[in-house]
Amino acid sequence: MSDHVAVHAAPTSFIRKYVFSLDHKIIGLQYYGLALVAVVTGMVLSWIMRVHLVWPNAPIPGLGFLSKTGAPGGVVTPEYYLQLMTMHGTLMVFFVLTNAPFAAFGNYFLPIQIGAEDMAFPRFNMMSFWTTFVAFCVLIAAFFVGDGPPLSGWTGYAPLSAVGGDAGPGQAVGQSLWGISIFIFCIASLLGSLNFIATTLDLRTKGMTLSRMPIVTWAWFITSCISLLAFAVLMPACLLLVLDRIAGTSFFIPAGLNVGDHIQPHQGGSPLLWQHLFWFFGHPEVYIAILPAIGIVSHILICNMRRNMLSHKVLIYCMMAIGFLSYMVWGHHMFLSGMNPFSALVFSFPTLMITIPATIMTLIWLGSLYGSNLRINSASLFCLGFISMFVSGGVSGFFLAQPSIDIYLHATYFVVGHFHMVMGVAAIMGVFAGTYFWFPKMTGRMMNETLGRWHFFLTLIGTYAIFMPFHYLGLAGNVRRYSAFQDDFLVPLIPVHKFITYAALFTGAAQLIFIFNLIYSRFKGAPATANPWECTSLEWSTPSSPPPFDNFGGQHPVVYHDPYQYGVKSSTGDYVMQTSPERVGETL
Amino acid sequence: MGGKIFAVLVVIIAIASAVPIINHTFLGASVTPPEDISTHGKAIDDQMSVTMAEAGVSFLAAQLILGLFVWQFANRKGGATKKFPGGAAAMVIVAFLFVGAEVLALGLVGSKAWAMVYFKPAAADALQVQAQAGQFAFYFRYPGPDGKFGQIHPDKIDEGNSNFFGLDPENDIPARDDITSGELVVPVGKEVHLMMHAKDVGHSFYVRELRIQQDFVPGLDLSVHFTATKVGKYEIVCTQLCGLGHYNMKSYLTVMSQEDYDKWLKSQSS
Amino acid sequence: MRASKPCIAVAIATLCPALTFAGTISGKVTYTGTPVKQKPISMAKEPSCEKQHPTPVTTETIVTGANNTLENVVVYISAGADDANAPAQAVTFEQKGCQYIPHVLAMHTGQELHVVNDDQTSHNIHPMPKANPEWNKSQPPGAPPIVQKFENPEFISVKCQIHPWMHGWFAVLKTNHYAITKDGGAFSLPNLPPGKYTVTAWHEDYGTQTQDITITGNETKNVDFSFKAKAY
Repeated sequence: MSDHVAVHAAPTSFIRKYVFSLDHKIIGLQYYGLALVAVVTGMVLSWIMRVHLVWPNAPIPGLGFLSKTGAPGGVVTPEYYLQLMTMHGTLMVFFVLTNAPFAAFGNYFLPIQIGAEDMAFPRFNMMSFWTTFVAFCVLIAAFFVGDGPPLSGWTGYAPLSAVGGDAGPGQAVGQSLWGISIFIFCIASLLGSLNFIATTLDLRTKGMTLSRMPIVTWAWFITSCISLLAFAVLMPACLLLVLDRIAGTSFFIPAGLNVGDHIQPHQGGSPLLWQHLFWFFGHPEVYIAILPAIGIVSHILICNMRRNMLSHKVLIYCMMAIGFLSYMVWGHHMFLSGMNPFSALVFSFPTLMITIPATIMTLIWLGSLYGSNLRINSASLFCLGFISMFVSGGVSGFFLAQPSIDIYLHATYFVVGHFHMVMGVAAIMGVFAGTYFWFPKMTGRMMNETLGRWHFFLTLIGTYAIFMPFHYLGLAGNVRRYSAFQDDFLVPLIPVHKFITYAALFTGAAQLIFIFNLIYSRFKGAPATANPWECTSLEWSTPSSPPPFDNFGGQHPVVYHDPYQYGVKSSTGDYVMQTSPERVGETL
Repeated sequence: MGGKIFAVLVVIIAIASAVPIINHTFLGASVTPPEDISTHGKAIDDQMSVTMAEAGVSFLAAQLILGLFVWQFANRKGGATKKFPGGAAAMVIVAFLFVGAEVLALGLVGSKAWAMVYFKPAAADALQVQAQAGQFAFYFRYPGPDGKFGQIHPDKIDEGNSNFFGLDPENDIPARDDITSGELVVPVGKEVHLMMHAKDVGHSFYVRELRIQQDFVPGLDLSVHFTATKVGKYEIVCTQLCGLGHYNMKSYLTVMSQEDYDKWLKSQSS
Repeated sequence: MRASKPCIAVAIATLCPALTFAGTISGKVTYTGTPVKQKPISMAKEPSCEKQHPTPVTTETIVTGANNTLENVVVYISAGADDANAPAQAVTFEQKGCQYIPHVLAMHTGQELHVVNDDQTSHNIHPMPKANPEWNKSQPPGAPPIVQKFENPEFISVKCQIHPWMHGWFAVLKTNHYAITKDGGAFSLPNLPPGKYTVTAWHEDYGTQTQDITITGNETKNVDFSFKAKAY
């Protein structure tokens, strides 16, 4: 625990205030803004993909200008579909799911929640964001080079991704830019994680013991620990991939490959090596995506239930268990990859074991709702939606964790449904919940509650309508990553795909309500008090909304209580803030 | 109000989601695995049914309880709050005992089906067929009357001339009678040992009815073995993203009676 | 004043070159020995093409006709003629029934090539030049023709990345004096001014042969080529 650390002086110039800012709050907003741009881009890509799948010959207005070769006359070619799909996945996993719940909200609120003035390393923090931005630009540049972005998926399996242009359109410069972009992203991520860890361990204010940290602070801390190891593996993997492509090395390319009638001048490499390196990162990555959302949702539910979870500490232990187990299971992405079949069983067991902490968390959420008095608002509704989606996405994991069943379901839409439900919907619902909840603190205004509820219900219905049918398609054996459905057994499934496409366009349109609400409320929303939700954690004890530059206006908060003193008699009503010296009264 | 709407919605969604699983159809399409034509498929299908039952119960229970609790306990008018009996400890115990035991059981039982496919080696007298996956077609090779496969030379591949495997019949005698086919033709009831070679990038071999899926990995000598139990024509599709033609990369598994197969094999030699 | 005879001759020569240069080299291309049997092509993976061929098609590496004649041989003037400009008219390479039509397409350097897709499936044409830049373009059904040019003369192997059995050739030549033998193995190179010429015959498998011929006036000179069939 550290005393006052004079981190940096208040900025005066516009550039220092809003562009190259050292202030963790501005950096958090910058990450959020970048994530917003990435998610809109990624969503538009998914609309183009869904439209192409069910109306393959339909010209998409404007697309012919973006790529004359990829979409001549606006009609998506087979390679362009896969290129859009690769960018969709890459943008969503890296620039949305790692950025928004973790880097955006974490940067903004972690220092405040532990009573610090800023992150431990404000300059590293600024560098993290701008490095992420550079990575984003390098990735987007792939749309505009040569024959466009890579088509090997966000998973970029070798040798398709490693041999270069012989493998087809998109596999020339675009793939190299992808590898470089992700490499740069890893640097940013590592810097960010270091910052979170150092800040959490060293900058907690007086009285803020580790056990008094709110659950969401713990979630960000655990996530940054996982992230440090995971991205540290992805970074060299991307480097090796780029070297194979431009320096003639053969990390991932064996001898004797005849690609597009060109014998590849490589030998000795292993495609499985890429898969191991990638998934050793890739599996913890999906927990990096979901743990902050778990923390956010739990934190918001506690405040809105007006009492603690049955045990928020058990929830924290579950998050730790999930983080630990996440490093034991990467091979479940590789059951059929040609690994020794015995290793499939070795990976299957810890995968099935992750069900235990996930179940404990779900049971605690449900059990905590029992007998509570949950306040319904947009934020808490998205939390409930999160729980529903987390369960739905989680149970399909029962199937995929078993190698024998994976024989049938691997590489089908069943997998795509599974990960979209947990990552694409549940985690995003966590971000929505966080937005509605913390918007008043970040801007000093409330978001419109009516619009929020419409946004929630339309999104809940819409996302179920999109992703539940993915599982049905998977049971029928519908293969994934196909740009067209021409096979005998796929043609009868096209009506299901049409239904999904309509649902996707409907749900996409519903997000306009959110965008409008964000922008409108920023300028015209009802003014917010410092603690509109009557919550106990330190972010609600800042003297203003948004907080002053150094978060606490020259004060150094002292923490007297555990994070969730709700449902107790107090001078403020039914809660005692962590920074309030008032004794906790009797339970209401 | 919002809480009650959510509660009703989540229950409707849960039940609506379960209906296509129970009926095996959605919007007129069959959304269930096709009939099983393999000797190991029943073990997989049984495992799938057990898992579906457990997943289905967990899913429905969780969503219904969520709906029920939100209906009962959201925006109530005051009232002291009661705690769930047993608290967090009860949840931990339930999770370990029920869920932990259940998934352990699933895992242990499921490993039998996996072992049937992967731990047992191919029979010594299995029919040897080589499969090659390359952008964007599957080709199959039978050893021909001499029972020997000729050598593969990646630099001699000449697809325009139907030399898909890069054989060198001029200099390599065993290659002369090798039979190359665009379809995988096998006799019913006979074990087939399929040796899998990747020509360029990663691919995968998937026949739904056979309950078989296995990646082709460049540089690795992989194989699967299976026995088809029913005569018919079944699609083979590629399931590992291999480039722009991935969606179009397919072939057919044609299962014939032993008689018809022998006739077919003979006709390929001429 | 009456125009003089030489003026009239020059006028006619300028206005009607075709009438003036009427030398022709023609002949037949045959083979000796037994050509390798062409193999049937399985189009099982593309049902929309498979059903266009009631009997399976065969590979087209060696296409023969009656009397040991050899088809798809490109016969052209490789030396002696001035390198004329590329014609303004484009040549067309068609993808139909999952085959390339024609199997061998000749064009002048710099002449526009149109690749059209008449099938219900996407094609991905991939020419594999050594002296020209390599390209590889996808073409969904109904997409506009791909328009390309080759600036350097060479014989370019063409394949489809999606349908591996599809194979064809682009003969990119410096001259407009060329012919491709069809059924009957015959070729004819007309409109040649007097001069010494080298005639080259190219076959995708049997290789290249040349012969020298001199044209003195408006005669037709006969040049035959005979290729030796290969055992494999």
